[in-house]
Amino acid sequence: MLWPLFLLVTAIHAELCQPDAENAFKVRLSIKTALGDKAYAWDINEEYLFRAMVAFSMRKVPKRETTEIAHVLLCNVTQRVSFWFVVTDPSKNHTLPAAEIQSAIRMNRNRINNAFSLSDQTLEFLKIPSTLAPPMDPSVPIWIIIFGVIFCIIIVATTLLILSGIWQSRRKNMEPSEMVDTEDKRENMITVENGIPCDSLDAKGGHINDAFMTEDERLTPL
Amino acid sequence: MPRADPAGMAQTLALDWLGDAPKDGRPKWDNKFQYFLSCLGFAVGLGNVWRFPYLCQTHGGGAFLLPYAVALVFEGIPLFLIELAVGQRLQRGSLGVWTAISPYLSGVGLGCLAVSFLVSLYYNTVLSWVLWYLLNSFQQPLPWSSCPLGLNRTGLEEECQGSSAVSYFWYRQTLNISADIRDSGSVQWRLLVCLAACWAVVYMCVIRGIETTGKAIYFTALFPYLVLTAFLVRGLTLPGAVHGLTYLFTPNMQTLQNPRVWLDAATQIFFSLSLAFGGHIAFASYNPPRNNCKRDAVAIALVNSLTSLYASITVFSVLGFKATNDHGQCLDRNILSLINEFDLPEQSISRDGYLAALAHLNTTQPERVARLSLKSCRLEDFLDKSAAGPGLAFIIFTEAVVHMPGAPAWAVLFFGMLFTLGLSSMFGNMEAVVAPLLDMGVVPRWVPKEALTGLACLVCFLLATCFTLQSGNYWLEIFDSFAASLSLIVLAFLEVVGVVYVYGMKRFCDDVKWMTGSRPGLYWRVCWTLVSPLLLLTVLVTYIAFLAQKPPSYRAWNPQYEWFPARQEKRYPGWVLAACALLSLLPTLCVLGAALAQLLAQRTRRWRPRDADTR
Repeated sequence: MLWPLFLLVTAIHAELCQPDAENAFKVRLSIKTALGDKAYAWDINEEYLFRAMVAFSMRKVPKRETTEIAHVLLCNVTQRVSFWFVVTDPSKNHTLPAAEIQSAIRMNRNRINNAFSLSDQTLEFLKIPSTLAPPMDPSVPIWIIIFGVIFCIIIVATTLLILSGIWQSRRKNMEPSEMVDTEDKRENMITVENGIPCDSLDAKGGHINDAFMTEDERLTPL
Repeated sequence: MPRADPAGMAQTLALDWLGDAPKDGRPKWDNKFQYFLSCLGFAVGLGNVWRFPYLCQTHGGGAFLLPYAVALVFEGIPLFLIELAVGQRLQRGSLGVWTAISPYLSGVGLGCLAVSFLVSLYYNTVLSWVLWYLLNSFQQPLPWSSCPLGLNRTGLEEECQGSSAVSYFWYRQTLNISADIRDSGSVQWRLLVCLAACWAVVYMCVIRGIETTGKAIYFTALFPYLVLTAFLVRGLTLPGAVHGLTYLFTPNMQTLQNPRVWLDAATQIFFSLSLAFGGHIAFASYNPPRNNCKRDAVAIALVNSLTSLYASITVFSVLGFKATNDHGQCLDRNILSLINEFDLPEQSISRDGYLAALAHLNTTQPERVARLSLKSCRLEDFLDKSAAGPGLAFIIFTEAVVHMPGAPAWAVLFFGMLFTLGLSSMFGNMEAVVAPLLDMGVVPRWVPKEALTGLACLVCFLLATCFTLQSGNYWLEIFDSFAASLSLIVLAFLEVVGVVYVYGMKRFCDDVKWMTGSRPGLYWRVCWTLVSPLLLLTVLVTYIAFLAQKPPSYRAWNPQYEWFPARQEKRYPGWVLAACALLSLLPTLCVLGAALAQLLAQRTRRWRPRDADTR
């Protein structure tokens, strides 16, 4: 007697939960990718946990009738691990609208992920986009900080160099006034070519050809 | 024209490296190693890292080394020795040297000055980009490793998804590039600030000429070698490095039949040694006159070429790693698509078993496989992806660095290396700009050197701000292609001809004998009189021929382009073409203008005494 009823119920269930059925969602898990060696096998107990998490998400929606685990139906579980699920109403006659389920899952996505030690990328609800994490924006971008440090160092170093240059030239200006010997002073200041000061050569309008070399220079080569 | 010969050189000229007070306050090097490093740093620049490997890769791998060696031996080293010898002998910057050789050739010095000035403008802008990347490398994760979120936070930024995270960071977050050169856009304050910092660094180092650059060069010239070695060791230990090296160095002798390869080798050796800028002349002029410049020329040229080779080994090993990585990711994507579509267990298809699995599925269910539209993953396709210039550094290398363990550290090292490489070249450029001005007494004596270099840096910075506009990258490419290439070949040709035929080969050989102790041999003399001028003339003619073949165009980054992320090919508008022509001809015009001015001056001088006689 109960046997045909059971068949009827499963048939209805089968109709409600089918790939590409109305209000059905496909879920894909990548457990090995996420956990590597610590990967757990996907069995009916994990399925039970999943159904519990979906029911939990539906229950968190305010002002709704309570969803039980039995109202969440899974089907088409593959080796990939992927499957389809639907959430039915208490009468189990029709499925709840996709929009409601979508918003409920999005609200509790973090909890669902954590229950399975997975992430948004390894526990995928196709057709339910995940809210992306907001970017970490520090108040001051890092590059400005480093730039400020480097620029300050450059300014300080340049100022020191300019100041030391001014100081050196002031010292050089003070030295000739201290020297008593005028001949030494002239030798230090005027370049001499063969006894003739270069400045006077220029004044006579002659061209100095530095390229010319006499043969008298006998210097030891390197 | 008459040249007065004084009875002899000044006694103070008899100096060697152990001499003391410099003649007429001319600065001099602290020691030989400083001079060597300065010339080497000037020659070794960004081109060694991002142009030579690209040329090697596109022109037949190892086969490219043959035309490169030929160009080095017959063009690079002879020209280099001429520059060093002439600067060292005449003890003047480029302007003074050419005026001394012949007043009609003073335009060559002016041309060198103009070229160095134009190159400084855009070279430091490239350094400002490097600095921007360097500053952004001090964070984990690196900002170019992932796309930022879109405006309403539901997905990634559209432009970024369409291209890639590194391209987006380069074109949008760094340059904020416009889609057309006519659309100048606004000044990007981030780049402006980096540019100011770069010019401040350059100023700090060249503030007192070689007195300060000589100290800085120890770091800026040697640091790149350290980093290259570190990258080489890291690169060779990465998976897939060997693929890169073997694929990219395997010689393909067929490419040597293409004249383009020989042209590229000749121009590469030319720009690699930074000839005809006037920087080497200036550096050599601070030497004591009795210095073996022949040995210096050969040594520096060889070290420069070996550095190029060393850098390309490093670059290729990292690129091989990147290609292997990309290939692996391509395979993984395809495998995931297959697994998801056919609901196969996770990790059931390995990378090695991918092709077999694909073939099996294709025979059993071809329509479903076809619907997936899988991209073919071939390692050679990824190895073939290459780029030169900024594309290599800011797009390809940055992406490779992201996948290395400890990515921020490697990024900091890489961009630090690029920065110091460029900085040491900038020293040479600024020396080539400032030294002739000082030599010719353009500034009065009471103006300190610091003020002159400061003014030069300030003027360059203000002019270079136009590269920080949104269309700045397009303008920089114009400067890169047109400002230097043609003019340098013309100037180098005039240099060789000027020294060999106007100054006189015999006199020049005597000078070299006096300086180094041995007369230049047959190889030098044949190269100077015949081979180098002919080579340069051929390069010039071929270069102009290639330029005239097709009208110059540029590739714009246009998100609205239908084939985005491919770059859209656009023609330059008329006024931009006129600017290009002006840039390439400016130094040549300097040469002609100076010669003409000298001719007129001579004519008026000849007329005036005649008037005085007839009165």
